[in-house]
This record gives sequence, structure tokens and C-alpha cells, in this order.
Amino acid sequence: MGAEVVAGNDTAGATPDQSTPDQSTPDQAGPSGRRRLLRQAAVVAATAAVVVILPLVVSEFRLALLSKYLVFAVVAIGLNLAWGYGGMLSLGHGVFFGLGAYCTGMYLKLADAGSGLPDFMGYNGVTSLPSMWAPFRHAWFALPAAVLLPMGIAALLGALVFRRRVRGAYFALLTQALAAAFAILLVGQQALTGGTNGLTNFSTVFGLEPGNPRTTQILFFAAATTLAVAFLAVRQIVTSRFGRLLVAVRDGEDRVRFLGYDATRVKVVAFALSAGLAGLAGALFVPIVGIVSPADVGVVPSIEMVVWVAIGGRATLVGPIIGALVASYANTTLSEWYPDGWLYLQGALFVVAVVWAPRGLAGLADKFRRLPRRQPSGRPSEVAVGAASS
Amino acid sequence: MEVWLPQLFAGLGVAAVLLLIALGLTFTFGQMNVINMAHGEFIMAGAYTPYVLQGVMGAGLAGVAFGLALPVAFLVTGMLGLVLERVLIRRLYGRPLDTLLVTWGISLMLQQLARDLFGAPNVQVVAPAWLRGSLDLGPVTLSYARVFTIALVSLIVIAVGIYLTRLAHGRRMRAVMQNRQLAGCSGIDTNRVDQLTFFVGSGLAGVAGVALTLLGPVGPGIGTVYIVDAFLVVIVGGLGQLRGAVIAAVALGLLNSFLEYGSTASLAKVGVFAAIVVFLQFRPQGLVALRTRALT
Amino acid sequence: MPALLQVTGIEVGFDGALALDGVELAIDEGEIRFLIGPNGAGKTTLIDVITGLTRPSNGSVLFDSHELVGRREHQIVGLGVGRTFQTPSVFEQLTVAENLDLAAHHRSGLVALMRRRRGVTPEVAEALEAIQLADRAEEQAGVLSHGQKQWLEIGMLLVQSPRLLLLDEPVAGMSAEERTATGELIQRIAERCTVVIVEHDMEFLRRFARRVSVMHEGRVISEGSVERVRADPLVQEVYLGRSRDRRGHDPALDPVLAARAAVDASPPEETTEVGSR
Repeated sequence: MGAEVVAGNDTAGATPDQSTPDQSTPDQAGPSGRRRLLRQAAVVAATAAVVVILPLVVSEFRLALLSKYLVFAVVAIGLNLAWGYGGMLSLGHGVFFGLGAYCTGMYLKLADAGSGLPDFMGYNGVTSLPSMWAPFRHAWFALPAAVLLPMGIAALLGALVFRRRVRGAYFALLTQALAAAFAILLVGQQALTGGTNGLTNFSTVFGLEPGNPRTTQILFFAAATTLAVAFLAVRQIVTSRFGRLLVAVRDGEDRVRFLGYDATRVKVVAFALSAGLAGLAGALFVPIVGIVSPADVGVVPSIEMVVWVAIGGRATLVGPIIGALVASYANTTLSEWYPDGWLYLQGALFVVAVVWAPRGLAGLADKFRRLPRRQPSGRPSEVAVGAASS
Repeated sequence: MEVWLPQLFAGLGVAAVLLLIALGLTFTFGQMNVINMAHGEFIMAGAYTPYVLQGVMGAGLAGVAFGLALPVAFLVTGMLGLVLERVLIRRLYGRPLDTLLVTWGISLMLQQLARDLFGAPNVQVVAPAWLRGSLDLGPVTLSYARVFTIALVSLIVIAVGIYLTRLAHGRRMRAVMQNRQLAGCSGIDTNRVDQLTFFVGSGLAGVAGVALTLLGPVGPGIGTVYIVDAFLVVIVGGLGQLRGAVIAAVALGLLNSFLEYGSTASLAKVGVFAAIVVFLQFRPQGLVALRTRALT
Repeated sequence: MPALLQVTGIEVGFDGALALDGVELAIDEGEIRFLIGPNGAGKTTLIDVITGLTRPSNGSVLFDSHELVGRREHQIVGLGVGRTFQTPSVFEQLTVAENLDLAAHHRSGLVALMRRRRGVTPEVAEALEAIQLADRAEEQAGVLSHGQKQWLEIGMLLVQSPRLLLLDEPVAGMSAEERTATGELIQRIAERCTVVIVEHDMEFLRRFARRVSVMHEGRVISEGSVERVRADPLVQEVYLGRSRDRRGHDPALDPVLAARAAVDASPPEETTEVGSR
């Protein structure tokens, strides 16, 4: 009996991704299972309470910032699905985020313009609405497109390169080139995209008045709900057989093929889902922040997204959320206090996180929690194992 | 004739600089499996070298300072690379994606350092008198700066080629690149070879930085502009392959130049990207690849 | 009755040299076939060709009247051809049960895969028993011993109930007891499917082999019962280093020679084999 209790404790203390899906053996459905359920209920209740109370106690400005962080957290959990679990390091998630953001931005611009043209087009000498813009007049087109367009582009790119087994660093560098090209394209096609200024000056946000406290609250709840749904969806995927398969593909892609799976398809699906989450986040970002510009989507923001995941802890469920919140909060606070300092700190954080804490904050928390009970296991880090098996 | 010749020449100029940057990347990537994002900031350090030297030596000696900057930049950025390799990258061998992330963190800090030292606005390096003006060849005019860059890079590529094939050091480097363990067992000090590779590769980035000052102003972000394209050269050329890098740099430089002429600069970038994805359908390992049977 | 696996005129070139030079091989349903031959004979390359890892420049591989050449790896597995690798390749970050479970579900659709694994399915439980890892089901595969990983890999094939199993040196690096146990496990598997085994271990061969094909320099040079192959002068020449005074010594009968042949013939690393080409 004593041994079983210890085993139960271990399961509870394991990192989320390691916690083995419940074994329906009678011993384990007992006390430890109930305790876990209780713990989960407590976490849910606490989160819900925070989400409800925050808008009441925090200034509108801070609440809007917080909404932005939540949106970033959606990007982070999506990127983690591709990178942490699937081993596909994307340095181009800014593209997918940007596609979602521009889709929504185009809709908002057209909603403002009524039957006329968006303001910036006038400055650029455009006289009739470009056909590319026309369908974005309708919310039923623009909002699904904000998710489906990034997914489609990710699936296309993924299908092309994964099929030819372009992976690892090659894939990372390729996605980085995509981010660079996308940002340059946005700047260059000024008449279509608003150029460097991007899309901004929205006078309505889905019928709401921007800057109004009520609007800020609604958007905050929308961001929080999106994050919660995205989190649950990613958790379901990661703990499912597909999630295990994804990890298997990360650690031995060719071996997975000899198990009879189409490894390319597994990667394409995961990458597209990941891009879809980034697009969803982008779609929320625009109404919350009120602007999207090439500066939000290029090479540097794309790598920042990776930083969130790295700091929080890749291949853990909550790590990326914490990473995105902590890093964005630090960014805002430090930039207010000592603007130049942030870049040093961000660089240093990143170096420290990757070199000395490859499992990020979540990994540290896990180590800390396990320490009193037993020494951290001698299990090699997943990165080292991944390298050894290649 | 009048139309495509200047494009060809402009493309070759870009290709030359890209090649110089990509050489260091392809060897550190191919030999050590290290993706050095801070390479871009080594370019920047190299580009600021003539600026600093000209400041120290005064306007009268601007030309001398520029000439001096070439070896100095090589040494300075080479040392920077060596320090980076010793302090951080050594800890990350076998984790290529992590080297990418760590060196990106370094590059952020170096960029900020440059902003603090030299200010955020771009600065201009005075081109030496003998590099100003251009060669008039009837239908086409060639700026001396471009001619100089292309000639310099050609010389360096030939030197690197001789180094790799004729000199003992270079052969050791190729041995480590092809089979690190076996090279180690054969008595090659792979650690020292790695250091040397990193030193030379980083040093070449510095030289590329000096060359870039001839093409435009210098700013803290100058490296990020070129690093992405340089990595594309590595991908297309194949890892650690001098021949592949040369062909890829020329091809990408020319493609970009002609696409820009045919459309706009921004569409050209997208076109180059699409072309590379298509290229990878046929040669996923790059132009020149080593065949192995290893299963991953 | 046509053979289950019919390999005809397979040629594979690696940078000019022919690794396989017109291989002919026919395996009947229900056989256990041993594939032996010195280092560089092309045994692993042949398995690579059958399973789609290497594309031949010429020839055909018919499996149950399906042409395998040109198909992708996972499609070939889907037809019922499974294989193992010289170095055990299991997913070290997953538990033993998860490894088996993934193998068992390779025919599931994407939607079905999105569901969570609940407990252990009967076929996984059965495989866990067969490979004697039932008590370690929830441990990470990375902590298993070398031999246990080999077994797990065989177990992953078992749950897929393939029609043809290709085992590449299944007992390499195993202790004597492990070898015996593995041999018995393979015999049990062979009751349900056809097995092709690449193996250098002569002791193992003598105990478990019925029919043997000998490969040398990219061709099958001899085929038949162990006795017949052993008596084939061509095989003796290949195995005994073409030395006249040793002719008559049978490696499988002489323990010293057998050990030496096993050592000589087993490539310790993939790279060695590539290098020797």
C-alpha cells in the first residue's frame, strides 16, 4: 500500500507532459486520482476568480496590456505544440500571427470605411478597392480566414519541406527567411497593406467603441476565454495518441515511418494547428492593441515568440503560458523603467534559459518541487536524447 | 545588353558579400553543427571597425584606416567568435537548435551594446579616395567599390580553397567535418580545429562588414539584414561546402537582382523564398551533399 | 503457390559502386529465412530496399502481388511488412506501453488518434507478456537495457501483426541467455508470420535456422538448408577468406572460427559499413 501512495505522489509531481494518462487499474483510481481531480478543480476555480476579479482592480491601461499578454500566451502554446512536442522550431510564427492580425485588421478597416476606401489607400492614390480586400468586408469571411489562411500556408509550406525531410536547423532557418520576406512584402506593398504604419486608427471594434472601459473588459474576457480554450485543446492533443506520436516524430522521425505512420502528415497537421493558434491570437491582437504593423510580424517578433516558450519551458503544458506572461510583463516594465535595459536582459534571459535551464521555468519549478522527495532523476534532457538518437 | 548587364553586376556584388558571410556560417554549421545567429553582429563589429579607425586616425588618413580595417576587423571579430565559442557554444555541442537560440540572445545584447557605444542612428564610413568613382565601360559603369568587393571576395575564396585542400590545417578541418569521431581517433585535436574554424569564420564576417561600408551606411542592425540571406546560401549550397556556397551565393544574388528588376524589391524576396522551397524539392540536402546511411 | 516475397534483379549503387548487384530472393509464406554473408555483402541494404528506405536503380520487389519499389515506408508497413534496425530504435521519451500502443494504432485515422489512451489494450498487454516487460510497462523506454530495447522493438512489430518481419541482427550485443530467449521469442512469432533474419551469430544460426540464403558482394550466392549451405564450396571460400588449408573447417562447427566469423562479419557501426564500400 505504501508503495502505491509513493507512486501516486510521483504522478502528481510529474511535469504535465510526463503524467501518464490514467491507468484504469483499481489501485490508482483511489485517493490519488481523487486528489488530482480536486487539485484541478482548485486550479480552475482560482484561475476563474482571477479572471473575474482582475478587471475590477486593475486600471484599464493595465487590463489592456494583460489582454495582450494573454494573446501572446496563445501564440506560445501553439508554438510549443510545433517546437516543444514536435521538434519543429519555427522562427516564422510572426507570419502566421501577422496573417491573422491583418485579416482582422482589413475587416476593421473596411467596417470603418463603409462604402468608401480605407484611409491609407487614399494617401497612396488607390481609387478602387483591390479585389484582394473585397471579401474581407464580411466578418464571416475575415474571421475564419484569420485562422484558416495561416493554417493553409503552414500546411502548404510544411507539406513541401517535410516531405523532402527538410528539418531541424534547415527548417528553422527557412521559416526565418519566410518571416523576413513577409515583413519586407508588407512594407513594400504600401498601397495594399498600409506599409510600415500597418493597419490602425480603427474607429469601431466589432460595433464597440475602442478605448471604452467596457470594450477593454470584453476584449479581456475574450482573450482569457480564447487562451483557456486553446490550452484545453492543446492539452487534449498532447495527451492523446497523436501527442505521443508527435513526440515520437520529434525523437525519431524515420523510425515513425517504419511504424506505419506518415510522419510528414503528422508534422504538417501539428504545424498547421500551431499556425492556426498564432493566427487566432493575431485576430485578437488587433482589436486589443488597435494596430498591426510589420514590426509585429518580422524576424525579431518571431524569435521573441520562441523566447516565451524557451523561458517558460518547452514541451510542458503551462510553461509557455507562464513564459509569455513573464517575458511580456518584464518587457513592459523594464521598457518603462530603463528602455535600453530590456534588450540586454532579454538576451541574457534567453542565454541563461537555454544553456542552464533547457526546460525553462516549468523545469525549474518541477525540480524544486521534487527536490525534498528525491534527487532529480538522472534522465538525460530530451534535447540530449534527441541528438543522441539522430 | 544595357538592361541586364548592370543587374548582373549588382547581383554579383551582393553575391560576393553574401558569400563572405556565408563561408563562416557554412563551416561552423557543417563542422560543429552550430548555427551562429550572432554572426550578423560580427558583421556589424567589422563594419564599425573602419569607422572607429577613421575616427582615431583622423580624416587625413581615412584611406589608410580603411585598408588597415580589413586585417583589424578580421582579428577583432575572429577573437569575438573565439570567445563566444569558448564561453557558450562549447557547452551546446550536439544541440544545434539551442546554439541558434543562445547566439540569438548574444546578438540582441551585441546590438544594444553597439547602440550604446555608437548611437542608434547610422554612421557613414568614408570610402578611400581610390575606391570612389567608377569605371566607365560604354554601356555600363562599374563602381570601383563593387569591383573591389568582388575582387577581394574572389581572392579570399581562392585562399580558403587552397587552405582546405592543400594545407594540413584545412585538411584536418575537412576531416572533422566529415567524421568528427574518426578524426578525433586519428589524433586530430578536434577542439583546436573547432576553435580555428570559428576564429576564421567569424573573422571573415568582420571582413564582410568592412566591405559593406562601401555599399551603404553602418548601423547596429546591419547584421540582421544580411544574416537571413546568408543562411539561405548555406541551405542551398549544402553544409560545409565551399563549392556549394559559391554557386548558391552567386545564384541567389543574381536571382534577387533580376527579380528586383522585373518586379519590386519586396516581391523579389518572396520570389527568392519560393524558388528555394521549389529547389529543395529536388535537392533537399543542398547543391553539394555528403551521402550517409545514418538513420535519424 | 507464388512466394510471399519475390525479389527480382535488385540493383543499388552507392556513388558508382554496386551495393546490390541483381539480387534474386523468394520467401514463401510461413518461412523463417536467415540471411547471412560477410560485411558489406548487402544484407542490410536489401532490407532497406524491401522496406522503402533505399530506392533501387533497377529491379522489383513483389510482396503478395504488390510492387513495393516506389512505395513510401509507411505504405509498405501498412501492407504488412515490419522491420527492426541494427541499433535498437525505440522512443526513449515514451513509456514502454506507449511505444507498443503507438505501434498498435498505426492504422487509426487522425481523428481516432486525437483520443487519449486509456489503459492498455489486449494486444498491447499480450505483447508486454511476450517480451517480458509487463512489469515495466509504465517506465520510460530510455531506461531499458540494450536487450530489452531490442525486445521492445520486436514487441512493437508483434502488435502490428505483420505478415512479413525483417529482423536486422536481432541478437547483436545480447548476452547468451538473452540470445536464447530472443530465439525462442522469434520462433513463437514465426508461427504467425513469415520472418527474415539477418544474423552473424553462428551459434544462433545453428540453433534456429532452417533455410539460409548467403549473400556476397551484392548477390545471393547460395541458398538452402543449413547443411547444404555449409557444404557449398563457394560459401566456404567466402567465409574462410579463400584460404585453401582451412577448407574443410566449418565455421559453424569450429567454435573459434565461428566466433571469429561473427566478429569479422558484424559491423559495429553504420559508418563502418558505408566506409568500406
